[in-house]
Amino acid sequence: MRANRRRLSTTVLRGRSAAAARRLIPGFGITLGITVFFLTLMVVLPLSALTLRAAGLGMGGFIEKITSPAAAASYRLTILSSLAAAALNAVFGFIAAWTLVRRRFPGRRLIDAIIDLPFAVPGSVGGIAIAAMFSKNGILGRFLVPMGIEIAYTAAAAPFALMFAGLPFVVRSVQPVLENLDPSAEEAAGMLGAAPIQTFRRVILPAALPALGSGAFMAFIRGLGEFGTVIFVSGNIPFRSEVTTQVIYSRIDQYDREGAAAIAAAVLLFTLAVSILAGGIGPLRIYLLRRSASQGACGEPLIANR
Amino acid sequence: MSRSSRIGRAGGLGITLTVLYVGLFIILPFGGIIAGALKRGLAVFFENITRPETLEALTLSLSVTAASLLVSVVFGIAAAWLTAKFRFPARGIILSLINLPLSISPVIAGLLFVLLLGKNSPVGGWLESMGARIIFAWPGLFLATLFISFPYIARELLPVLIEMGNEDEEAALTLGASGAATFLRVTLPNIRLALLYGITLSGARAVGEYGAVSVVSGLLRGRTVTLPIQVQIFYAEYMSGAAFAAAVLFFVFGIITLVSKFTLETKIKNFEQREGEA
Repeated sequence: MRANRRRLSTTVLRGRSAAAARRLIPGFGITLGITVFFLTLMVVLPLSALTLRAAGLGMGGFIEKITSPAAAASYRLTILSSLAAAALNAVFGFIAAWTLVRRRFPGRRLIDAIIDLPFAVPGSVGGIAIAAMFSKNGILGRFLVPMGIEIAYTAAAAPFALMFAGLPFVVRSVQPVLENLDPSAEEAAGMLGAAPIQTFRRVILPAALPALGSGAFMAFIRGLGEFGTVIFVSGNIPFRSEVTTQVIYSRIDQYDREGAAAIAAAVLLFTLAVSILAGGIGPLRIYLLRRSASQGACGEPLIANR
Repeated sequence: MSRSSRIGRAGGLGITLTVLYVGLFIILPFGGIIAGALKRGLAVFFENITRPETLEALTLSLSVTAASLLVSVVFGIAAAWLTAKFRFPARGIILSLINLPLSISPVIAGLLFVLLLGKNSPVGGWLESMGARIIFAWPGLFLATLFISFPYIARELLPVLIEMGNEDEEAALTLGASGAATFLRVTLPNIRLALLYGITLSGARAVGEYGAVSVVSGLLRGRTVTLPIQVQIFYAEYMSGAAFAAAVLFFVFGIITLVSKFTLETKIKNFEQREGEA
């Protein structure tokens, strides 16, 4: 009842003119001041500095910087690794989300809790953990290395590290959707003779697809920008195992600020283009905000849309 | 599986795959770190964890995180209040700008401040001539950390404020309460849990930031080396025992984060249930 009345009052209030709300609720001036001041200082000015520095190169110089051989090789590795990691995380993250919601087994709560660990530890810690695991004395490396399977310090390490970094995204986007999905629909499909794969395709997947898509997309974007986790594992050999963030970092280190700015601007433009292609930043944000608004804070995944 | 239903078998497969997935990507790597930290016994572990470099780096990380949280709380409350209570033309742009840092790579975030405030930039050069150093100093660490962690608090508060509506505040204001008193006595108790939740997320992100901070750090020991960077330095110097011990500190932070997240979620659920029944 109360919730209904509240929603009604919000609707009525939204319908009211902004000026009327502004008269009653105080703080428009001061919160606008703080917000605009902060965002200008922290976001707008820094981004303008980047744009100016990249634009200062001129079109020819800009193209030259962003197509330098080391940079060009890094785009391929970064995009392919991020795609592979996001796709694998979509598959296994979905299975994990479904299992955590629908099955009860010993250790379930522990697994549910530690899903967020890649979010809570620094990239350096995650990277070292993975590198140590695959080194020749490591937990896996001591079996794999004698068999000739080297993962640490090769290009194969990048997708693995990005899967680690992006692991929480799909699980945490899909989980709340499956929690709200009535299990009786799945049971009914099963009783009516549907094979599990049919139940999955006809009942579960349609409901979870938007969340699965946005989770995988977030994991992909995260992969493009990931630094710490990858650099410890991939070996950073230019042209072979260097990701784009590492190239930007090297440029900064060599005082090639223009080169760093140009490649960073290219990455940001690419991210923007992909976001527009994937349905537009605006609609996605509105969708996420509406969804979290209707669920309240606790329904929101820990790292929604990072 | 003793149950022969097909759903049961699918469930068994699901559990196996989930355990393998989480095992390979989370339990094995982190288990390896904990095992590595404790390999030479507890005494060596404590010796490693109390190394002066580690303690200095920890202190620095905590001071940067605390300062960044303080600013994020003020901004988060202001921005959430503004965008929840009022409709105005630039509202959409403001919301996009709040979310923007979440899709920018930390390395690029660090670069933004190097370009804006580095010694060779107009602003940075001027500040340098005034004797204020930003990049390769504490303020640079603070700005980079703030950039990547500030959105979380505003993002947690906004939906709660929208859901609350304006009724309670309007009642207080109509009865003659001042704006500040209304906020402190009426709004704050209602958004308290969401605020703490946002602080948890923002703090976890801030204390564990590596990429953005390493761009603006300059690696001056005791002055600009935060704990995540110190882990990397130990590792690069083949002091893996010390690196793993320092890394274990992040598990402690991680566990604090997970426990407070869990507690807050339970409290928020109870709070909403009470609200629903009232």
